[in-house]
Amino acid sequence: MFKEKAQILDQAGIGRSLTRIAHEIIERNKGIADLTLVGIRRRGAPLAERLADRIADIEGSRVDVGVLDITLYRDDLSTLSYQPLVRSTEVPFSVDGKTVVLVDDVIFTGRTIRAALGALMDLGRPKAIQLAVLVDRGHRELPIRADYIGKNVPTARKEEISVRVQEVDGEERVVILEMQD
Amino acid sequence: MRLRNKDMIGLHHSTVEEINLILNTAEAMKGIINRQIKKVPTLRGRTMVTIFYEPSTRTRTSFELAAKYLSADTVGIAAATSSVSKGETLKDTARNIEAMGADVVVLRHPMAGAAALLADTLKASVINAGDGAHEHPSQALLDLYTAREKKGRLEGLKVAIVGDIMHSRVARSGIWGYTKMGATVRLAGPATLIPKDVEKMGATVCANVEQALAGADVVNVLRIQTERQQQGLFPSLREYSRMFCINRERLALAAPDALLMHPGPMNRGIEISPEVADGLQSAITEQVTNGVAVRMALLYLLIGGGAR
Repeated sequence: MFKEKAQILDQAGIGRSLTRIAHEIIERNKGIADLTLVGIRRRGAPLAERLADRIADIEGSRVDVGVLDITLYRDDLSTLSYQPLVRSTEVPFSVDGKTVVLVDDVIFTGRTIRAALGALMDLGRPKAIQLAVLVDRGHRELPIRADYIGKNVPTARKEEISVRVQEVDGEERVVILEMQD
Repeated sequence: MRLRNKDMIGLHHSTVEEINLILNTAEAMKGIINRQIKKVPTLRGRTMVTIFYEPSTRTRTSFELAAKYLSADTVGIAAATSSVSKGETLKDTARNIEAMGADVVVLRHPMAGAAALLADTLKASVINAGDGAHEHPSQALLDLYTAREKKGRLEGLKVAIVGDIMHSRVARSGIWGYTKMGATVRLAGPATLIPKDVEKMGATVCANVEQALAGADVVNVLRIQTERQQQGLFPSLREYSRMFCINRERLALAAPDALLMHPGPMNRGIEISPEVADGLQSAITEQVTNGVAVRMALLYLLIGGGAR
């Protein structure tokens, strides 16, 4: 149904984007005091781990990393034609008073992030929440934007961005897919 | 994947995949119960009605909290204070409740088959919270969840179920559940309280309680249901206690790290001794917490998201 149209990032490109974002996070927050990363399942989770590794390389110590499952907070549950699998949220540290950087692979309508903000607020009261994404493909439906962006990719609605990471997909690249009629 | 049926009547017809789906979903749900803010918006605007024709504290409270943690609205009907006491039939009561907009009905009833009857009548989902001596699936599921959580697996576990098997819907659901998941089930109890065909369900009947306990990984103690014991099926509670009470000596026959479970409410000193009920091997309080998680999973899987 979907056909690959173009490759946007290869393995080295993803790596360079993440390295730059890691530097930006440290710069914006003037260090890593009270900083935590929370990846959104599924592909945000490995990306958050990698950002934490890079931040540790630069700053010499590692920040806490959590995983958020937003299924129970989705606003489209009653209209879906299938039932999404509920997985665990694993944020084994307090987010109270922390600066939390949410990490996801793609920002599109903004609804996933809206759900993630709700889920995160139920875990505590962070001092600030920032958003890092590998790809911003536009078409926002909510007043939400990312603070750190790997690559801006203007897309058509009928296109799809597919981020593939080693941990989930066994390969490392970002491609645009086009829906075939 | 999702559950095949709109209802949860019993584990007899559940598949291994369905049971795994419920247990895995419950694992995520348990994380919510342990939070300071115990609420997610998932079932906002959905309604659960509980109809209990028999008394219950644990099961009913557990279902109500499960629904509330998922943001569903709940109403409870106790048969004694409702139109049931004016002679309304079960079907009529349920139809009226559905007409008011219930998405799921949780039913406890003294007659086996009541929940299945309701499931056929209603478009709403029906969860069986105990129908006579037939099934009590959410209790068995929380037992499976607790055993899996503590032992890391269900396959290959040796499970002993001790007590009044005949009147026990918990035992019946438990036997289906454990055996489907690859555990072996041994039963012990007074001979008059072991149903004749129970081995056809895949369990083994032991000659005495010691035999059932030997090397067991999980010991499920059943409640002596004094309200169902009017026919003199065993001589006295004292004799029952002497022969079958799970105490420290008997529990020592099981595996050294055996898990002790009881569906509650306990008759301390009759089927279980206080020293083991409150002992280190007891998972009885944990079972109650897990019960809420398992019921949250059932509610999500039956009425959460996606048109069926």
